[in-house]
Amino acid sequence: MSLRTVELALATPGVDAEGRATRVPLTAPERTPGYDEDFGAEHMLVNIGPQHPATHGVLRLVIELEGETVKRCIPHVGYLHSGFEKLGEYRHYNQIIPLTDRTDYLSPMANNVCLALAAEKLMGIQVPERCRVLRVIACEMSRIISHLVWLGTTGIDLGAFTPFLWSFQERERIYNLQEMWTGARLTTSLTRVGGMMADVPEAFEAGLRDFTRTFPKTLTEVDTMFTRNAIWIGRTQGVGVLTAAEATNYSLSGPMLRASGVDYDVRKDRPYLDYETYEFDVPVGEHGDIYDRYRVRLEEMWQSNRILSQALDRLERLQGAPVNVSDPRVILPPKSRAMSDMEAMIYHFKQVMEGVKPPAGEAYLGIENPKGELGYYFVSDGTAKPVRWRIRPPSFINLASLPKMCEGALLSDVIAINASVDIVMGEVDR
Amino acid sequence: MTAPAGPVLSPSVPALRAEFGAAVTRHAVSCSDTIVYVERDRSHDVLAWLRDTPGQQFDYLTDVTAVEYRDPERPLEVVWQLRSLPRKADLRVKTELAKAGPLEVRSVWDLWRGADWLEREVYDMFGIGFAGHPDLRRILMWETYAEGYPLRKDFPLRGHFSRAEQTRQALAANPEAHYSMEELSIADAFDELPADMRERLARGERGFLK
Repeated sequence: MSLRTVELALATPGVDAEGRATRVPLTAPERTPGYDEDFGAEHMLVNIGPQHPATHGVLRLVIELEGETVKRCIPHVGYLHSGFEKLGEYRHYNQIIPLTDRTDYLSPMANNVCLALAAEKLMGIQVPERCRVLRVIACEMSRIISHLVWLGTTGIDLGAFTPFLWSFQERERIYNLQEMWTGARLTTSLTRVGGMMADVPEAFEAGLRDFTRTFPKTLTEVDTMFTRNAIWIGRTQGVGVLTAAEATNYSLSGPMLRASGVDYDVRKDRPYLDYETYEFDVPVGEHGDIYDRYRVRLEEMWQSNRILSQALDRLERLQGAPVNVSDPRVILPPKSRAMSDMEAMIYHFKQVMEGVKPPAGEAYLGIENPKGELGYYFVSDGTAKPVRWRIRPPSFINLASLPKMCEGALLSDVIAINASVDIVMGEVDR
Repeated sequence: MTAPAGPVLSPSVPALRAEFGAAVTRHAVSCSDTIVYVERDRSHDVLAWLRDTPGQQFDYLTDVTAVEYRDPERPLEVVWQLRSLPRKADLRVKTELAKAGPLEVRSVWDLWRGADWLEREVYDMFGIGFAGHPDLRRILMWETYAEGYPLRKDFPLRGHFSRAEQTRQALAANPEAHYSMEELSIADAFDELPADMRERLARGERGFLK
């Protein structure tokens, strides 16, 4: 943040006797010598959103302009605030899973996985290998669909319509698989503490195999369309730059952090779900601009595709292996047993009525979501409902760097920069 | 069900105790995460030390949040999740705020810019102040939200006001009230405001909780 903004921001908040705002001194633009008085004398306030397609949701930006240059950008969030964290305190751990669908609704399966992993960390449970492989598949499918939405909408923001159609067509194929597996396209609620809601159906593996074989074709097409496209390069290179030090200082995560040249990926550096045993590369940018963010996300889709085909191989090897833990205090017994076996029925009843009870304690678990590091922090007092469920929202934290990136940019760049952050307002506002 | 690996204490804890002595009140290991409790007045010093000392290098602020327990006797906790990107290590630092005392800690905005919105959110949801934060105002709730702090345990799930009152307030809200003082000052719009709004601003009728 420039010195100017800091000084302004530190001014005492309040109003004077007349009611004039004293929080920020009224702006006196710095005059460039030779600058036309008529154009240079006034700053303009432009309000974008909350109902504006280019803000990717109900985000509102108030922008102070000098000519066409952004002097300051003030984001307003909270229009979609639903109080998920508060609601979580009134629910059993498994009942929180539907809430996670609705935070980052472009990658619901990955959110489900994070919640299950955090609750399992709290309880000290290790799930069977087949479950871990299924969860890896869920995470990587989510990464691909989320990045595809990003690619398509960012292309549209910058005037490219065709890649939007390509990416949404591919995304639809994953959504069909998601629907086949979970019965829902958006609100998947796929995981349970100690296992999964369901194993994959029969035709799923063949469908996903087919996807991993043909998806690279689309990626190549997008690559051909964008990577060396003069307009795309002109709009994205050198725009919205954050250095590695700034990206770290602003707590950015995911592709935003890596595009700035910081090699940090939770899958590599704090592996979960056996990610250390998969072969994949972590793309790292160099310039920290929109173009590098694009390159990082595009490459991540290639890598996710690689992980998916490896996971499918493992799934084949683990055919028929158990998915859920066998502990009846954690997971529901099979329905057939609950109807015939007294003990199983009691466990079923207790499980539904009382929920899973982790010991008193607390656990934070972060996973590499498409948007960045998604972390769930549980504090438990030994009852079936958490004392505190904190979401570490990657979009929210990444979006906080927007004013910094927009400073000195052109108004039209604000749209591009905002798109490059890859936000989901459901998660920003929670 | 396999037991988790035995509790492993972060090596930062003995180092912190050697540096800060009694300011580190206690520590714990929960689910293989190390938690250090520090005194409220020294929290900023501890966090700055953790960030800048070679061998600690906690250069990344993962999260700032707060916890209130169901037991009303227990103090509120402010939680900083720290990470060292070069060392790939995590540490959770906490400070306790007695409910009777001032709910305020030093802001770490000067150490990590990432704390900007996170601290605003804690302020918004728990009413905990952060001294030294340049722009501490509500972030998820609107500026004139008057029902209190939603994540506090004494806040009912549906809010303090009745649904009728909430609707009445929403309908009575002035469109111009959606601009903050800061923005109005940028626009130099004060002179163009309607007289009744100027009057309300003069009475200090916005931006602050009643």
